[in-house]
Amino acid sequence: MFRVDAGSDVPIYRQLVQQVRRDVMLGRLQPGDQLPSVKDVVDALSVNPNTVVKAFSELEHQGMIVRRQGVGTFVAAAPPLASLAVAPRLLSPLARWVERARQDGLDAEQIRMLLEVALDEPAAGEPAAAEDDRRAAGGAA
Amino acid sequence: MSAALRCAGLGHRYGRRLWGLRDCDLDVPAGRVVALVGPNGSGKTTLMSMAAGLLPVTEGTVEAAGGAPARRLDRIGFVAQDAPLWPRLRVADVLEVGRCMNRGFDTVMAAERIGRLGIRPRARISALSGGERAQVALTLVLAKRPELFLLDEPMANLDPLARREFLGSMFEACQETGATVLYSSHAVAELERVCDYLIVLRAGRVRLAGDIDELRSRHRVIRGPDGWPAGGGWQVISQRSMAGQTTALVRCDDACLPGPGLQDAAPAFDELVLGYLDGDAARLPEEAAA
Repeated sequence: MFRVDAGSDVPIYRQLVQQVRRDVMLGRLQPGDQLPSVKDVVDALSVNPNTVVKAFSELEHQGMIVRRQGVGTFVAAAPPLASLAVAPRLLSPLARWVERARQDGLDAEQIRMLLEVALDEPAAGEPAAAEDDRRAAGGAA
Repeated sequence: MSAALRCAGLGHRYGRRLWGLRDCDLDVPAGRVVALVGPNGSGKTTLMSMAAGLLPVTEGTVEAAGGAPARRLDRIGFVAQDAPLWPRLRVADVLEVGRCMNRGFDTVMAAERIGRLGIRPRARISALSGGERAQVALTLVLAKRPELFLLDEPMANLDPLARREFLGSMFEACQETGATVLYSSHAVAELERVCDYLIVLRAGRVRLAGDIDELRSRHRVIRGPDGWPAGGGWQVISQRSMAGQTTALVRCDDACLPGPGLQDAAPAFDELVLGYLDGDAARLPEEAAA
């Protein structure tokens, strides 16, 4: 269930945390589901056990998972992230949009970049905002 | 938490003038897997050899596995670069030497591991490939069950599958016994998975030391039009210019706000390491507070 992107600007323990959160949010992990043991993750990914322990501790601290001594690690009964009940309504237009972007020749990285721009700069699509940005950048140069 | 390796003002001088390592202050907590990185001649092997009790200390002090290295030899497992072993001996003889010289040597584990790797116990060391020899040396040190592993480029001769197998064995040892590993390598890309603590050496000095995630959170990679790094509440570690744009690794202990026109990002692991290997800033003896 885990994969690691070494060389990313996201530390490995944080990647593991994000993957569990994502799977819970998407309903792929349900409350009560068992997570692999630290040893299993270490063996599968060849990552340092301290990194995996750190990810699990952070998830436990967030209330996403519970550890039962001698039994294992499980998704919490009521994780603080509700699984996305509205997902289909939001997901299908997004999937269509991604399809259109691909037809325009954008690759996965460029599509992700556009999504980040849309998230971080809600006004980015407006022509006036783009003009402002250019002026600001010109002023700093 | 107790320190697995503690150095204070540690230095070793080769001959009358050449310092292999100097002013080395380190405090590595137990249970960490430590990446020891630096260009050739930066002092990695000098540091490991002193920690292993094999090289005399010219100045300062070193404690390994809780005491003077010479008194802790049974708790320290050292594999030197290129895994030197007695070439005329057979593999089984090498393991027997290991058993005789180390209390608590895990003979069963050693024999089992050698068998699993397909190395013939009757083979002479001189007849083994570089990778097999490395595996015998690593088996010897794993079976010793030390508190502190000192591994000088342990994977340099191993193919990718053997690397994964070796890392698995090492991580298992860490989980079972809480051992600390000091691990030198030039393969920076590989270290991010393997290590959680970083020491960068350059020209015989410690340039950076600390918990890797903590160090990453204290640095940023900032890009902008040439000339931007002047001023600002940051310390520039290294910078490069290309096509009118300057990209720099900066250290900012408090949250730093890059001005308009600057792009900033968290450093990837290799950006952090290469920034310190590359940079020309003055020596920065740093120890993360953790």
